[in-house]
Amino acid sequence: MSQSLSVRKDVWGDATTGKLGMWLFILIDGLSFGTLLIGGAALRAGAASWPEPGTVLNIPLTAFNTFLLICTSFTMVMALNSVQRDDQKGLVKFLLLTMLGGMIFLGIQVYEYTHFIMGSEHLGEQLAKAGMSGTKFLTTSSVYAGAFYVTTCYHGLHVFSGVIYIFCILMAAMRGRYSSQDYDKVEILGLYWHFVDLIWILVFTVIYLI
Amino acid sequence: MSDGTAHKQSFITKYIFSTDHKMIGIQFLWFGTFWLLWGGLQAMLIRWQLAYSGQPVPIIGKLLFGASDGIITPDIYNQIFTMHGTIMIFWAVTPLLSGAFANFVIPLQIGARDMAFPVLNMFSFWTFFLSGVILLASHFLPAGPAAAGWTSYPPLSTPVGGIAGHGQALWALSLTLMGIAVIMGAINYVTTVIRMRAPGMGYFQMPLTVWGIWLAAILNAVFVPIIAAGLIFLLLENVFGTQFFIAGSKATVEGGDPLLYQHVFWIFGHPEVYILILPIWGIVSDLLSVFSRKPAFGYRVTATCMCIITCLSAIVWGHHMYTTGMSPLLGKAFMFLTLLISIPSSVFFLNWLGTLWKGSLQLRAPMLFALSVVFVFGIGGLTGLYLATVTSDIYLHDSMFVVGHFHYTLAASVLMGSYAALYFWFPKMFGKMLNPLLGKIHFWGTFIPLNIVFYNMMVTGYAGQHRRLYDPYIYEFLQNLKPLNTQISWWAWLLGAAQVVLVVNLIWSLMKGKKAERNPWNAATIEWTVDYPIPHGNFAQMPTVYTGPHEYSNPAIQGRDWISQTEKLTAAS
Ligand SMILES: [Cu+2]
Repeated sequence: MSQSLSVRKDVWGDATTGKLGMWLFILIDGLSFGTLLIGGAALRAGAASWPEPGTVLNIPLTAFNTFLLICTSFTMVMALNSVQRDDQKGLVKFLLLTMLGGMIFLGIQVYEYTHFIMGSEHLGEQLAKAGMSGTKFLTTSSVYAGAFYVTTCYHGLHVFSGVIYIFCILMAAMRGRYSSQDYDKVEILGLYWHFVDLIWILVFTVIYLI
Repeated sequence: MSDGTAHKQSFITKYIFSTDHKMIGIQFLWFGTFWLLWGGLQAMLIRWQLAYSGQPVPIIGKLLFGASDGIITPDIYNQIFTMHGTIMIFWAVTPLLSGAFANFVIPLQIGARDMAFPVLNMFSFWTFFLSGVILLASHFLPAGPAAAGWTSYPPLSTPVGGIAGHGQALWALSLTLMGIAVIMGAINYVTTVIRMRAPGMGYFQMPLTVWGIWLAAILNAVFVPIIAAGLIFLLLENVFGTQFFIAGSKATVEGGDPLLYQHVFWIFGHPEVYILILPIWGIVSDLLSVFSRKPAFGYRVTATCMCIITCLSAIVWGHHMYTTGMSPLLGKAFMFLTLLISIPSSVFFLNWLGTLWKGSLQLRAPMLFALSVVFVFGIGGLTGLYLATVTSDIYLHDSMFVVGHFHYTLAASVLMGSYAALYFWFPKMFGKMLNPLLGKIHFWGTFIPLNIVFYNMMVTGYAGQHRRLYDPYIYEFLQNLKPLNTQISWWAWLLGAAQVVLVVNLIWSLMKGKKAERNPWNAATIEWTVDYPIPHGNFAQMPTVYTGPHEYSNPAIQGRDWISQTEKLTAAS
């Protein structure tokens, strides 16, 4: 086995090479999110005015979406737990649920975007309260709008990639690829998914709540 | 796993979608060389404009700028210097160092079968390739490619009051893709060095080349995502009309800030300098040791200094922004931190001299290039002090002095270092030696003109020439710089012509070059213990490491003046 030849124990403990790679990716990706969020915060600090929370963005809807995403973190943990117990059915079930949760999250996000892009009289009134003109909330509306779109869209792309990623692992899981002896790939997927969830909580807080 | 031995591969899996780090390295080598020549040609055109302002470019002018009868117009001039900088930094030097040599050398020098993630490695190259295709395509846009300088500051780089056309959008897109490719590479290199070292290969048994490339990969991992986020801002600005960087009356709602981009750009941009130079420091440290037949002086100190510089490079970006109205206190802080870098830099520079001191110098082609790096990097480093100091920078900012300085550090040091690496590892990459005589002609043909060109650029800058003037001679006080600028141009063209020698040498040596022995330089590192062609999986038997990377002229060894890292000191004597 090439593993026994080249993998060595070191300060990183027993983490597999794949896991180490995913942690590194999470660090890298976290930095890109950090730059988007801090960039937005810097613009906000320099701006003369910034819309009050809830004037344009629908907080209850997105709070539900946040709750949903946290639930998928739970189902992801359950999926890992299942494979560790050699429960193949449970693994497939919970991966499927996680993927479904991710898809509903994206669906709600698409609904939110459509609502903004189509525009309405009511949205126009909300925008006016927030110091923007027109009846549509677009990337061109203001710096605030730009910050909203860039951060949520970047996160949405991560959820989208995550759904595809889960789908790939799910396909392999249905063929019985993983077992209690070999579940590294599921664990690495879990790392990614939890990271995407965690980042969303930050995005939700910074963009929607404060 | 069965990839320890050579196995049958089709043409496509062997040469195109290869997952073998050696083949990917060679792909990166040709990719980078192509862009190096393309960016070099653009440099020649810039020099034409500065020497013979507004006259048609001879021979190739009609072909390149047919619409203007071969004349470089101001718009075209902006595009050329923008593309020259962008290409040289991101598509020539980056693929050569963090692509070609990193890929080829890391697994072989640490004794690994391949990278930690070979498939990711393949994707890294092809993403890089795609980014290059997009950049190349942007040259053929109706309004031409990006033209806001390689730094692409807004508002010049945004549709609001900036450059016309879609060049800037494609610039941001291709650079983002390039960043993704670099990140994939960085994940691979960092993980590989942590996890795949052969038994006995501790961090302080690694060749300094691996140290340099590894630290550069860490910097890539930390700072490329930051610029990627900045480029996403810029891309949205160009494609979706966001207003992050638009201030004042042009904005629909006030709140944008063009300086934000500069901060994000330079938070990445300064470490980028070290991303390019760290591999070179490592390579040069190793080569000086090989060709002085002495252990690298202060090996641990050199490695530690490189680590310190890696950390310091993260907190000095403000020295690019002294003239943006930054608070004097902040300016002083950035100046102090920047000047602090000169301490570890000087230490390992002295270590280089220590390696050379009383060594048995062998002036073969790789050594000539490595020695020249010591010289040009010395000049590049010293002239940097004037730009790090607020008082002198305010005068020198955005002048040709800056251009001369960073060409000494990037163009001269990095390019000469890349050549050193190319001459050194070419035998292991292709099984043939590069012709030594052509190598020496190439060396002197590069080294002499290069110094004349970059030194005199600093002179013109000191005399007041701004770095991006289309026609400096419309200003009376710059008119008497015309003869000097013309001379610089002629030397620059000589420098360009000397690269033809390299191309000839590459082609000739690949076809008819002398077959390389297993270890033509009598070097101690592991890559020289395997025969060309190295099979997929590299080592028939996994190497075990017993000694450091620079066991030269050890009195305990008899009969020869080196032992390989895989040999026991006692067994060799
Ligand atoms: Cu800098």
